[in-house]
Amino acid sequence: MPALCRDCLTRFDSGPRCPSCRRPRVVSHPELWDLTIAHMDCDAFYASVEKRDNPDLADKPLIIGGGRRGVVSTACYVARIRGVRSAMPMFKALQLCPDAVVVRPRMQVYAEVSRQIRTMMEEMTPAIEPLSLDEAFLDLSGTARLHGAPPAAMLARLVRRMRDELGLTGSIGLSHNKFLAKIASDLDKPHGFSVIGRAETQAFLRPKPIRLIWGVGEASQAALERAGIRTFDDLLRWDRKDLGARFGSMGDRLWHLARGEDRRRVTRNAPIKSISNETTFSEDTGDPEILDGHLWRMCEKVADRAKARGLAGRVVTLKLKKADFTLLTRRHALSDPTQIADRLYRTARALFDQVPGAGPYRLLGAGLSDLVPEAMADRAGDLLDPNAATREKAERATDAIRARFGEGAILKGRALR
Amino acid sequence: MKISIERAALLRAVAQAQSVVERRNTIPILANVLIEAEGDTVTFRATDLDIEVLDKAPAMVERAGGTTVSAVTLHEIVRKLPDGALVALSEDSASGRLTVSAGRSTFSLATLPKEDFPVMASSEYATNFTAKAQVLRRLFDKSKFAISTEETRYYLNGVYMHVADADGGKVLRCVATDGHRLARIDADLPKAAEDMPGVIVPRKTVGEMRKLLDEDDMDIAVSVSETKVRFATPDITLTSKVIDGTFPDYTRVIPQNNTRKLEVDASEFAKAVDRVATVSSERSRAVKLQLDEDRLILSVNAPDSGAAEEELAVAYGDERLEIGFNAKYLLEIASQVDRENAVFLFNSSGDPTLMREGNDTSAVYVVMPMRV
Repeated sequence: MPALCRDCLTRFDSGPRCPSCRRPRVVSHPELWDLTIAHMDCDAFYASVEKRDNPDLADKPLIIGGGRRGVVSTACYVARIRGVRSAMPMFKALQLCPDAVVVRPRMQVYAEVSRQIRTMMEEMTPAIEPLSLDEAFLDLSGTARLHGAPPAAMLARLVRRMRDELGLTGSIGLSHNKFLAKIASDLDKPHGFSVIGRAETQAFLRPKPIRLIWGVGEASQAALERAGIRTFDDLLRWDRKDLGARFGSMGDRLWHLARGEDRRRVTRNAPIKSISNETTFSEDTGDPEILDGHLWRMCEKVADRAKARGLAGRVVTLKLKKADFTLLTRRHALSDPTQIADRLYRTARALFDQVPGAGPYRLLGAGLSDLVPEAMADRAGDLLDPNAATREKAERATDAIRARFGEGAILKGRALR
Repeated sequence: MKISIERAALLRAVAQAQSVVERRNTIPILANVLIEAEGDTVTFRATDLDIEVLDKAPAMVERAGGTTVSAVTLHEIVRKLPDGALVALSEDSASGRLTVSAGRSTFSLATLPKEDFPVMASSEYATNFTAKAQVLRRLFDKSKFAISTEETRYYLNGVYMHVADADGGKVLRCVATDGHRLARIDADLPKAAEDMPGVIVPRKTVGEMRKLLDEDDMDIAVSVSETKVRFATPDITLTSKVIDGTFPDYTRVIPQNNTRKLEVDASEFAKAVDRVATVSSERSRAVKLQLDEDRLILSVNAPDSGAAEEELAVAYGDERLEIGFNAKYLLEIASQVDRENAVFLFNSSGDPTLMREGNDTSAVYVVMPMRV
């Protein structure tokens, strides 16, 4: 059976230890040289970057997240042992792990590290589909001759480089489609390398719960459960037509996934569908001045990102979370798409003013969707707001100043609220 | 209640009622029409709580009384009955059903008690005047296309009807705008209308009221208060709340100093705009107008789908100008012109443009250009 040493990359014919370096970090699988679709997932990415940059944190439970009121965005493996999970409210995480060190995320640093990893992946294949800063699909089909090594060896080399050059670890899932690759990368975390071959696909999936499917959340899970579907085995018993009739377009996809089939390609730069930003306040507030300041900052960030990508959006969304966690969203479709913070803010503000009641709120967010290229945006003026054009010019000038002298070089007064 | 009524009269009344009721209702009785019979008339009343329509029709009343039934169902039934049929409506209070019979057909409909039907509170109208149907029709038909559908600017979701000062004295004026285009239509001020408060007549009311205006010379009684407006023919009374908001000061929006004048045959112009816009697949199709000595070139350049150009002979004597517009807005204002040439008055490519019919200033349109 083909085998690979993940430390020295020696390829050999099965065995518990590498014949060359004698170390046990060996991956072996009958289809090891034939599988080409991979999912790479960094291990506790934000936390690992922080520990790397500050060795004092190395042995401490570390949580990356926003303040006492926010949620956990990443927990290191020490904290995970204590039950801390991503997306857990911070207060709950701190109950479980009171001695945890909480660090605010440094997104720019993570983005930079992510770019470094991306560069390493670019050397392996052009078919990369990033899912976030710390995970991506790779399609290595047809690269074996170019690299003189099968995909499995190249992937092992990637994680070795990440460890040696960046001081970070990642886990690899290798299979014959995206769905299985994503499942595989999670099987042996951290610093893992898992393989799901064609031959064992069915047997592997059968006893697994259907929540393994990416995109099946609690709601879909409940719907499936009502139909008596908990495991892939349950799903296999369903007729394709019946699944379609009961679950619509998802039904057909489920039918294929039940058989371990997933025809989605690894696509570079899947187009973004929306740009949004939200913030959880350090304490609930109903103060209109404070909320207005937050709203402006959110809108400005969204507009900045839209401008950076050369995009604009037609639909403006306002998101509010009340103190009791009920979520309110309001949308408005503009007749003329925009990337201007001022227009975004004024639209979101009008939506905000129409929300009955005064809060208090714990979270506020703003977003743009139904995106179009910027050339198609902000083309029509408003008869009833003749100063809009002047404000747009002022905003463009402000942007130019910030680009030259830094983010804080010039601010709107309301950004300070 | 037991009555007999001609199908045509019944159909007209029920059609009006069913278009007022909201299709989706959380309050069941709002889907119903209230039918009340007394003397030799039967009245039909329907409401969505903002608009109430009351329609009187002559009928043979055997037994006075009243009930409510689904407006949509009754309309469907009456619509499908043969022309000229005599329809009998009879209420059986014991079973709570209304029997509808005509010829050999019999229907039995569920009812809800008439006491539960919400009747719009009557109010005092400060101003009462009459106007010919054709006058009101022109005022609203020519302005309603510009009504905004944006809920964030709810005060633009209707036609602003008010008394204004024009060159020749006071006029009855209707204005509508969505921020991209504006229509300002004037009519002679009817007697007794001088002190009318300005009101924003909601979009739906404008549509319902339009059905009262088909006969040119019909006198329409108009009553206006700060909160309500009423339009009445001898048979039909339409009462509506007005939009509770302040219509923006539109006078600032109407350009006074646009001097570059283009005169063009409106229908030729509209056809040309429509043709060149075909190549664009965007939602807001931008058309570029290039004006030069008696020549207008309309063009569309859509990088993804193609380009188009058309030249029109026009009357234009000012300096060269390039200006872009949303094709839809150009088409809509051009289609308001029916007698003379369309006259466009431009300033610069970034300023609002004014359009009117010949030299007639009683109907003026403003449209905002777009960057092309």
